[in-house]
Amino acid sequence: MGAALHTVTTQVPDGRFLRAAVLATMALGLVLPIAAGLWQTARAGAGILPAIGSTDVSLAPLRQLVDLPGFGTALRLTLVTGLGATALSILLAVGVCAAMHGRMTQQASGRLLTPFLAAPHAAMAIGLAFLLSPSGWIARALAPLMGWDRPPMVATVNDPAGLALIVGLMVKEVPFVLLVILSALSQIQVRQHLAAGRSLGYGRGIVWIKVIMPQVWPLIRLPVMVVLAYSLSVVDMALILGPSNPPTLAVLLLRLFSAPDIRLMLPASAGALVQAFLVASAFAFLWALERAGRAIGRWWVRRGGRGLSAEPGLWLATALSALLFAVGALAMLSLLGWSLAWRWPWPGLLPESWSLRAWSSPGSGWAEALSNTLVLAAATTALSLTLAISWLEGEDRARRGRAGWAEALIYLPLLVPQIGFLFGLNVLFLRLGLSGGYLAVIWAQALFVFPYVMIALSDPWRALDPRLVRVAGSLGAGPWRRLFTVKLPVLLTPLLTAAAIGIAVSVAQYLPTLFMGAGRIATLTTEAVTLSSSSDRRVTGVYATLQAGLPFAAYAAAFLIPALLHRNRRGLQAEAGA
Amino acid sequence: MMLELREVAVVPRGTTPLFPPITLTVRPGEVATVMGPSGIGKSTLLDAIGGHLAHGFTLSGTIRLGDTDLAALPAEARRVGLMFQDAVLFPHLSVGDNLALGLVRSVRGRATRRAAVEAALDRAGLSGMHDRDPATLSGGQRSRAALMRTLLAEPRALLLDEPFSKLDAALRAEMRAFTFEHIRDRAIPALMVTHDLADAGATDGPVIDLTQPGVPACIDCLVSKS
Amino acid sequence: MRLISLLPILAALAGTPALADWQDTVDTARGQTVYWNAWGGDDRTNAFIAWVGKRTEERYGVSIEHVRLSDTAEAVTRVISERAAGQDTGGSVDLIWINGPNFLAMKEQDLLFGPFVEDLPNAAYVDLSPGAPAALDFTVPVEGMESPWRLARFVFNYDSARVNAPPRSMVGFSDWAAANPGRFTHPDPSNFMGATFLKQALIELATDPAALQEPATDDAAFVGQTAPLWAWYDALRPNMWRGGAAFPENQSVQQQLLNDGEVDISMSFDPASTAAAIAQGLLPETARVFVPEGGTIGNVSFVAIPYNAANAEGAQVVANVLLDPEVQARMQNIEVLGSFSVLDSARLDPQARTAFDALPTAPALPTLEELGPTLPEPHASWMTRLTEEWARRYTR
Repeated sequence: MGAALHTVTTQVPDGRFLRAAVLATMALGLVLPIAAGLWQTARAGAGILPAIGSTDVSLAPLRQLVDLPGFGTALRLTLVTGLGATALSILLAVGVCAAMHGRMTQQASGRLLTPFLAAPHAAMAIGLAFLLSPSGWIARALAPLMGWDRPPMVATVNDPAGLALIVGLMVKEVPFVLLVILSALSQIQVRQHLAAGRSLGYGRGIVWIKVIMPQVWPLIRLPVMVVLAYSLSVVDMALILGPSNPPTLAVLLLRLFSAPDIRLMLPASAGALVQAFLVASAFAFLWALERAGRAIGRWWVRRGGRGLSAEPGLWLATALSALLFAVGALAMLSLLGWSLAWRWPWPGLLPESWSLRAWSSPGSGWAEALSNTLVLAAATTALSLTLAISWLEGEDRARRGRAGWAEALIYLPLLVPQIGFLFGLNVLFLRLGLSGGYLAVIWAQALFVFPYVMIALSDPWRALDPRLVRVAGSLGAGPWRRLFTVKLPVLLTPLLTAAAIGIAVSVAQYLPTLFMGAGRIATLTTEAVTLSSSSDRRVTGVYATLQAGLPFAAYAAAFLIPALLHRNRRGLQAEAGA
Repeated sequence: MMLELREVAVVPRGTTPLFPPITLTVRPGEVATVMGPSGIGKSTLLDAIGGHLAHGFTLSGTIRLGDTDLAALPAEARRVGLMFQDAVLFPHLSVGDNLALGLVRSVRGRATRRAAVEAALDRAGLSGMHDRDPATLSGGQRSRAALMRTLLAEPRALLLDEPFSKLDAALRAEMRAFTFEHIRDRAIPALMVTHDLADAGATDGPVIDLTQPGVPACIDCLVSKS
Repeated sequence: MRLISLLPILAALAGTPALADWQDTVDTARGQTVYWNAWGGDDRTNAFIAWVGKRTEERYGVSIEHVRLSDTAEAVTRVISERAAGQDTGGSVDLIWINGPNFLAMKEQDLLFGPFVEDLPNAAYVDLSPGAPAALDFTVPVEGMESPWRLARFVFNYDSARVNAPPRSMVGFSDWAAANPGRFTHPDPSNFMGATFLKQALIELATDPAALQEPATDDAAFVGQTAPLWAWYDALRPNMWRGGAAFPENQSVQQQLLNDGEVDISMSFDPASTAAAIAQGLLPETARVFVPEGGTIGNVSFVAIPYNAANAEGAQVVANVLLDPEVQARMQNIEVLGSFSVLDSARLDPQARTAFDALPTAPALPTLEELGPTLPEPHASWMTRLTEEWARRYTR
């Protein structure tokens, strides 16, 4: 095509160095350690752990695990609670979205969901354990009506079926899935599709199922997988709310890993592999379900049935979700109540006597745990935010989007069960002489903080009007000046929101802090989980209140700081609302 | 200083060029107009000249501004000003700071720089609006502020991307006159992309129809086409 | 091996050289921070450890960092993974509050530093003669590898406002539970306290209690010895809290259940804990201690030093301070910790003895007479087998 006459230029993408640095950081800081950790665990699971004198490959560890009393039940419990909580959370969230969409701005719903997202799992579990237990708040409220002089004999927490654990997971997961769906919906023309569908004679709920959800699903698939992986391998919540004899697989493994008999590390490692296999199978199941759903859905759509109204289902979902939120809110309130109580015996609705003693002795522990938590949260969040900004800026400078593998890379730490690689990683870290230090914990926490920060920041970053950056460039501003004088200030609100999410995730980390800190670094979460098995609910209340309060304060700051700084900048306030 | 495009085409990876190659010369103080149906790549052409092409686009041909080959330079070194239909003021900065960000580095000293910004505001009829939130300006005020910001960076060429399309009819004529007058005063070449025939008619420079860039376009023919 | 165990005796005979060595230890220890890994579920113990830390800091320049464990095995695991990683010096655990099976596991795996106990000057106040409570840990000879610090006695507690007549023997529990269904439970036997409950019952029910002092290696003997126990337990279990299908994680959680009114009886390894809990508002004023006729299991809590401890000298200083009569008297004070001293009162000087006699008392604090005889712990292997057998039978 006569190209010989033309000088052909592909514009040199800027920021090669930045992208290379980010890629190297990800490879060395994220992929390699996870792979190495899994490898170490897999070796131990196959019988190789020279440190305890075991050097031969064998299936004995696996057999020993399977022969443990109650192993089958533990496996069933894990599947029922993990799959059940995930499926129910999605159902409720979709129902609420269908029923409430358009009646509430995304801003308002975001503000409503924030406290539930902010509260760490452990704090929520501790609150729920009191609220729901046979001697808890709900039973106390019912006692005069039912004539109970003693707590009723029903297992409402730690029940053998794991129902309390499912409820606990749902209190945290329904808001998360809701938020994920809401953000996906903002990329879809819901109102128009809904109007079009209804004008064709389909009910609201049916349009949601036939038209909206198929568009939403690809956008929420990865977050749903995160929820699924988390539910199947959760430790802190299962310790507090789940059954104990036998417990879920993850708790069983933690018990084996910390058993006095050292040789139990082998079956524990084999169990970690089973755990990873379980999560992988659940993903495969999800994939198969999606395929089947698509086929059935297509057949259903083509049949053109207007079906029955899904309205009662939508309202049921909304009512159940509201109930779940009420339970969550009461749980958090009960933590505060206990932290201020002196004696609070059955069947008092309120403490018999109040005291500030639990709060007034910070020296006995909570001050140090609080400061450790703050230092870790600040460091991991700063690290993750820097990495996320570098990554996104690298994409901008190369002027290209994100490859599928890169997106999967971000999600990797959230999809691999923690216990599967943390044990191996611990051994690895010890070899490098990094154990027990702040750096090891900061790094291990950042592994889980970074994905959330990255996910939270990506959409707003891409939504930034590209013309702003171009104008700045045309005015002579180089890449760094464009970043610091235009992009970052304009993106202040999403940056602070991402930071708040980072802080919330960091505060909630239990296993990474426990394993990598060699138990020496006490945070509000590790202390709260330890204290949850102590006899003093008042001290537990202090820790759990602080643990929940810290992320909440971070969210509040993320909301107030931009409002204050941008009080005279209407253009940004509109943006913040979008 | 002249803006010269020779056989310029933009090819998205794996497909055919967006439009036939363009050859065009814009003299100092002149405003050339590029027209064509939407989706043909008018804005992409401006991206190519300004240095903002996305990854996956290949530019062929040469773009020269005076003696400089623009294609080799990063956007910030090209000194090619950019104007959009809705002004695109930085929302986090005051009106004055928007202009200050544009003002060339060679103007030194806090007071001197402030004076240069105030003078530009005066010229744009925006006296006393230094500390205003850009979001509170009217459409016309925003456009004038954006033009002043661009000019303070002392560009050697200007790209206008449908610059007046968001303004109402009366304001449009006024803004058009204001912009073209400044381009003439500065004696810099300008390239305008527009849908609006009246925009094209108001310039004395060449008009190019992107569907047939080789054929000199006449306004009347375009009128009959549309 | 024999030579090694003789060495401390020789040193003790020589007198001065040991003290000179001790001065070396004290000098090296100055400035060290001892990471004491200890169960952190009890606030009063935590406060006491903090107080000990202040004292060692002031007197020896050794500070204590209390690493709060929810299970002692966590610390054992940590030492193991350090050895797995080849970290044979500079380990992260300096001192562990340790009990029977964990001690046995570490001792068997050569994971402990020592013997060091006889080198501690304050060990002179402890009866370390063979067979003495402080020289045996679950029938396993201590051999100077761990140092005693507090005395534990297994006791039950109950709310006297709700319960008139608690069971008078372990056998009596099954009748009591039948009369009060759902009002009794015990911690999960995977926990120390739950296992102790089973052992206490075994001592009363075993066909030949003397055999419990020997390792439970013979399968037939184990089945024979424990048959009455399981028969008793099968009768008890259906009438337990939650139908005997779920168990509290540990004694703290069970004490919480007692406080909440979900159960009527709890248990503890510390006779003073009930009085202490009342003082802290954690149990009603009417809570009281009871023990079955015939006495209960007693043992001594120890501290041990891992073989790779980074601050072994500092850890020895802490172990020595823990045996200081002043510190032991403070520990036994019901207003502080209320834990019985491990010191032999016959070896104390009169001044120290007076300090012990002057300690305050409380209504819920039992006297030594009320506690009855102390029964020896069965060999550690019995506990392991009991919990395994229990899990096999009742974990579904």
